[in-house]
Formats: sequence, C-alpha cells, structure tokens
Amino acid sequence: MGNRLDDKIDKKKRSFLIAATTVTGVIGAGVITVPFLSSMTPSERAKAAGAPVEVDLSKIEAGAMITTEWRGQPVWIINRSQAMLDDLKKNDSDLSDPHLDVVSQQPSYCKNPTRSLKPNLLVLVGICTHLGCSPTAKLQTQGDMGENWNGGFFCPCHGSKFDLAGRVYKGSPAPINLVVPPHKYINENTLLIGEDNEG
Amino acid sequence: MKILIKLVFIITCVYSSFGYANEQLKLDKAPINLNDQASLQRGAKTFVNYCLNCHSANYMRYNRLKDIGLSDNLIKENLLFTAEKIGEPMKIAMTKKDAKDWFGANPPDLSVEVRARGADWVYSYLRGYYRDSSRPTGWNNTVYVKTAMPHILWKLQGDQKLNEEHHTLELIKPGTLSVKEYDTLIGDLVNYLTFMSEPSKLKRLHMGYYVLLFLGLLLVLTINLKKEFWKDIK
Amino acid sequence: MKTEIKTKKTKSGLVAWIDDRFPLSSFITNHLREYYAPKNFNFWYYFGALALLTLVLQLITGLLLTMHYKPDAELAFGSVEYIMRDVSFGWLIRYMHSTGASLFFVVIYLHMFKALIYGSYKNPRELLWLFGVAIFLCLMGEAFFGYLLPWGQMSYWGAQVIVNLFSAIPFVGPDLSEWLRGDYLVSDATLNRFFAFHVIALPLALFGLVFLHLVALHEVGSNNPDGVEIKKNVDKKTNIPLDGIPFHPYYTVKDLIGVSVFLLVFALIVFYLPEMGGYFLEANNFIPADPLKTPAHIAPVWYFTPYYSILRAVPPILNSQFPGVAAMGLSVIAFAFLPWLDRSKVKSIRYKGNLFKRWIGLFVVSFLVLGYLGTVPSTVWGQFSNAIPLIGGVDKATVVARIFTITYFLFFVLMPYYSKKDKTKPVPSRVSY
Repeated sequence: MGNRLDDKIDKKKRSFLIAATTVTGVIGAGVITVPFLSSMTPSERAKAAGAPVEVDLSKIEAGAMITTEWRGQPVWIINRSQAMLDDLKKNDSDLSDPHLDVVSQQPSYCKNPTRSLKPNLLVLVGICTHLGCSPTAKLQTQGDMGENWNGGFFCPCHGSKFDLAGRVYKGSPAPINLVVPPHKYINENTLLIGEDNEG
Repeated sequence: MKILIKLVFIITCVYSSFGYANEQLKLDKAPINLNDQASLQRGAKTFVNYCLNCHSANYMRYNRLKDIGLSDNLIKENLLFTAEKIGEPMKIAMTKKDAKDWFGANPPDLSVEVRARGADWVYSYLRGYYRDSSRPTGWNNTVYVKTAMPHILWKLQGDQKLNEEHHTLELIKPGTLSVKEYDTLIGDLVNYLTFMSEPSKLKRLHMGYYVLLFLGLLLVLTINLKKEFWKDIK
Repeated sequence: MKTEIKTKKTKSGLVAWIDDRFPLSSFITNHLREYYAPKNFNFWYYFGALALLTLVLQLITGLLLTMHYKPDAELAFGSVEYIMRDVSFGWLIRYMHSTGASLFFVVIYLHMFKALIYGSYKNPRELLWLFGVAIFLCLMGEAFFGYLLPWGQMSYWGAQVIVNLFSAIPFVGPDLSEWLRGDYLVSDATLNRFFAFHVIALPLALFGLVFLHLVALHEVGSNNPDGVEIKKNVDKKTNIPLDGIPFHPYYTVKDLIGVSVFLLVFALIVFYLPEMGGYFLEANNFIPADPLKTPAHIAPVWYFTPYYSILRAVPPILNSQFPGVAAMGLSVIAFAFLPWLDRSKVKSIRYKGNLFKRWIGLFVVSFLVLGYLGTVPSTVWGQFSNAIPLIGGVDKATVVARIFTITYFLFFVLMPYYSKKDKTKPVPSRVSY
C-alpha cells in the first residue's frame, strides 16, 4: 500500500478531511437529486389541466346526473330526488361499508348518510374502486337490475354494484365505496371540484 | 504553459469579435431590469393590450405572471383576455391562414422572441417606425427594413420621418405620448418580453450563487485532502 | 439469537458472500488500490476522469429530458420550451445538458491534446488511442444528432447542410443522404430517427467504447508527462513500479480537485452564461425550424467549426463538392494514424526537439484559427483587392483558411519525416517528480 511513512501520518487530520469531504460530497449529491426527482412531479401544464373545475348546477333536474372531467377522470354530479334519498337507508343491510368507515373514500365533510354537502347533490369520481373501469349509471329503480334495485351504478367490467350514494354492495369485487372528490360551493349554483375549504 | 497562454489569447480574440453581424446596425440599449416588478407589470399590460391580438405567447402561462408580483385575481380581472383559466397559455384566436392573408406573414410567437433577436433589437425596432407610402402598411422600419408588421402603437408615438441623409428619424407629428413616455412604454414592454422569454432566469441567477459557494467549499476541502494524502509521496 | 451472532461480521460477511460469486474485492484491488499510476501526472491528466464524469452527467440529464421531450416536428420546439418553463427545474436540467455537451468537447479536446504532447498514442498504447478516436467519432455523432432535437432554425439548417454533405459522395451520395433523412428534406422522419440514434444507439456505443478504452488503459498502464514506462523499473521484491503510486487513494483524491474545479466552471456557465454568447446556445435556435427560410448565417456549433472550415476552404474540383467533404472526413480520421505517423524515439514533448514542438504549435494554431473561421461568414475580413494576381477578389478569410488547412494536413503528412529528423533529448530512466 501507499502508506510508506506510516509513523508520520497525521491520522486525525486525515480522517477529519475524509469525513468533511465525504459529508460535503454526499450533501451535494443529495441536493442535486432534488431538482432531478422534482422534474418528474406534475408539471405546470399538468397542474393547469388538473386545476379545479367549475360546474354550473342550475341545469341538472332532480333525478338526473351530469358527467364532467377533473384531472382526466369522469366526475359525476347527481341531483337525487327526495324518493331516491329516502331509498338510501333501505340499502344499508346489503352494503359492505354502509357507515363509511373507510376514511379515504370521502372528505370528512361528506361523511354523512347522503355522502354530500347538500343532501340532494352527490359528487363522485366515476371510477370503479376495483380495477378502474367507469361504472354505468342505473339511476332508475328495478329495470334490468332486478326487483330489489333502488337505483345506483353498475360496473360492466366485473359486475360491481353501487347505490345512489356510491356505496358498494356486498359481494361486489370492488373493495370500497366510490370516491367523493374534494369540492365546495362557490355560490348557490356553482360547484368547484378539486378544491375545498380544508386546504 | 505557453500553449495555454496562446489558447487563452486566441479565445479572447474570438470572443471579442463576436457580434460582427450587428456592427453596421446601431441598436439602442434596452433598459432591462428583471427586478423592477412595476416595470414588468406595466410591460405585461402593454403586451396583453397591444401585442396579444396578433402575436401569441403559446409557451407562457398566465399564472406565471405571479412571478412579477401579480395576484391570481389581478391577472384574472385585468389581463386574462384570451383564455378562461389562469393556468392556460397566452394563445390567440387568429389562425395562421388568416394571418397570412391579412399581413402576408405570420406574426411570430413572442414567447422566446427576445432570446432570438436580443432585447436591444426589439427595443430599437419598436421605436424605429417611420412613414413610408411605398409600403402596403404605410410604415417602414430602420431596424427591420420592409417589416410586415404595421405600426400598432403609432397613435402613442406619432409619426416619424426618415432623414435619408443622416439616416436618423425625426418626429413630424407628435402622438399622445411624449418621446420620453413612449420610450418608457417600450422599455417596459421589452423588459416584460425579456422576462417572458426566460421566466426562470431570476431563480437561476439566485440559485447559482449558492451552488458556486458550495462548490467553492468543496474545492477547499478537496485541495486540503489531496495535500494531506500526497504528503506520503516522496 | 441468530442475528446477534451475525451482527459483528455482517459487512465482511456480505463482501465475502459477493466475492464468492463476483470479483468485487479483487476488482477494487486490481483497478484502484493496486493499480499503479505514475506519480508525476500533471494538469493534463485530469481530463480523462472529467470526461467520464461528463458522460455520466449527460446520461442522467438526458434521461430526464427524454421524459418530457417530444421527437415530433410539430411538437419538438414547444416541448423544449415546455421543459424550460413548465417542468419543475426543467430549465436547470436542460442547461446542464446543453452546457455538458459543449464542455464534453472541451474536456475531450484537452484530453486528446495531452495524448498528442506526451505521445500517449505510441507503442504500446495504439489500441488505447484507437478506442479513444472511436469514442471521439461517436461523440461527434451524438452531438450532431442531439443538436437537431430542439428543432430550431440552427438545428434544422445545420442538419440539412451536414446531411447534404453525403450527397457529394460520388455515385451513391444523393441516395445515401435521402436514406439518412428518410425524406426529401430534413423532416419529422429525420427528427424521429435522430432522436433514436441520440438516446439509444450512440450512448450504447459510447459506453461500450469507454469500457474498452479503460480495459486497454489498465492493461498497458498510464503514460506520463515524461513518457517513461514505469513498469520497466520495479521493486524486485514486490514487483511494484518504483515510480508508481496506487490510483486509490492518491489519484482519486487528486481527481476530486479536478472534479471540484470542473463543477465550478460547469455551474458558472449553467447559472450565469448558459448561452455562452451564442456559442453554446445560438440565438437563431430560439426560432422554430422553418424549411422555407434559411437564416442569414449558419454555422455549426463551435466544436465542429475546425472541420467545417476545412470543408469550406477546399474549392470544388471538377464541379464536385466531394474533395471538400473528403478533406473534412480526413481531418477527423487523421488522428487515428498518429501511432504510425510518429517515428520519434521519444514519447513526451519534454524530450522532443524543436522541430516537433514547432509543428505541434503550428497544428494548434491551425486548429484554433480554423475553429474561429468556422464560426463566422467567409466574408468576415473582406476581399483581396482585384489588383493582386491569383487571389484578387477572393475572400481573405478563405485564403487564410486554405493556408491553415494545408498546415493542418502537413502536420500529419510530414510527421514521419520530421519526427524522425527531430533532434531528441535523452530520456531519463525514472520519471521526474
């Protein structure tokens, strides 16, 4: 090895310098990875495209729904009629999670029996929590969904069923209820999807 | 070592001879100050009001104006004419074909125009219009001869005439702004265009300071580390 | 219980486990701790390590740029501006990549100059040198293909001119350049394939060649400023070269200084001079490519300008551009013949005579003057007066370029003659330190 003059080496100074250089180098390498990794986060364009969406609610009749887009996903807004709201309680015994115990499915302000800010207006991300298909709306009772159907959604991919609060029926492949995105009302008839007052 | 000195000498020669192409054309120095937010904001307003009808700035998002001290609401209320959301870029409605029919040329996108032309060029160009009845627009320009762009700001600047003999411009009919006011208006506009051509520039200059400081520290350490180890070598 | 017994030996245990399956420790020993390098390396010996560093930097920044760049004629220019504005720290990564490209050539040219003055291409390092020349050629290709990607006016017309050079090759030329472009002009198809070459083919080739270059280097050992073979003087007991010191730690710590200085220069450019007055990023390249409008003055990026000057300096012969193209090609390939052109008894310039030194000086001046002339229009110095016979009315710069083109080639062509005739000094048996 190169340590030809072992006795004369100032070992303390040497190990200090090694440590100092290593630490500085590692810090430098660490700092430069910050911009590198951050370049892979959503860009300004993605952020602009994923910006909160304003929706005009005045044209949704009771019992109807509209579909809008937020962050490239379908978002449903369903204006439930009083009859629909009354039917919700009937489903409870057939659901996997009727009382919304899984917190991540909805913002805290929607953890209520109707899963909404205003009782009639339900906002849902229209993506099945099983494998990401978009379920079909079956808002009317009965019909091709059978005698006991109280209205809801049916995923054509693997047959998951959800009620009119987006809650999943027992026996469906989907593990959890449909997701309620963050949203708030700017005024009586304008809804903002993607932003709420909780930050 | 001699070779190194020669090398440095020649590189300096090469460097100093750069810019030969602009020598015959005297450009006025544009008053660029990216730290002057008031100027940048005035420039942005001029840009949106006068330029952003025919010229797009497709790579510039409205919300980037927050970097020059404007708030979301200010942008939305005062500047957001050609888009709905403030995250959108500064597009224009005019199609390329229409532009070609109307002006005989496509107004270039101005997002990076200053980096292509230089701030001084744009500053001189926008102040270099003069009356020329032989041109279809009625205007010619000392910096960009036979420019296809009409003098959009003529009401502000007034009419200039070219003194053929001295190749200078004379104001023959004053506009609504004085010469000084007009120069300030264009200065602010070019300042804004410069900002827009590289919005991250200030951040870059600021960050560089810390990076160089850090690398300087690293250099001091590595020099000492090397010295310490090379004590072994006789 | 098990873990408690193991804790003390974990590290050596892991290394031992790997060593049974992969020559990790012996690799470190053979190529770092007990790879003996001459102890008299000077300033010029930093650039090999720096070239490797630059390659890695280019790879990382290039990978990140690839994630956002679109190799499509409609989208390419916009995607670069997208990187500069919308991608978080995209501007930093892009400037690092563009600055890295230019500095790569600075480093490689200085590395080659080192080999030139210390005779590092001579026996037994001919193959090492040839791999190096191959790396240089690949790098030129990599730079050329990469330069088209921003799809600005300079990118476009630069590619147009260079691809058209191939048309000058007799018989197959026109078909060849059409095949290279995949179209009748530089177009979307060209951009797409240049992208493929730039991000896959050439980086792979570069890595392969760098590996071979290093294998060859570690086989024959490094040359040094004295051109003395340190393996000829070994300690009889240990068989270690008397003038050699272990690469690690001595040259690793020394190279760290080089790395720090390099990074300082690199950061200075990235943060304060990314355009380098139009030499690293040209103003015209901020105008999107327009196949209908050629910029008034087009020049290649600075690192190609010496060869471009040679191309322009050679007049068409028999109405053919081919001689110019051939001269340009030869001016690059010529480096490969150095090991067989240099007949000097000594390697290093320290022991070579004045004749050789003057030729090297002349070559460097030719290279730099040609390099400068390649960046400006040939009309830059005006024309000779018509009264002068032969050269009357010809651009002064063209005549100067011709003179230096001739000296550039004479440096190579006459080398067997002057290197043999050169009065060399006696070489010591040990390096001077």
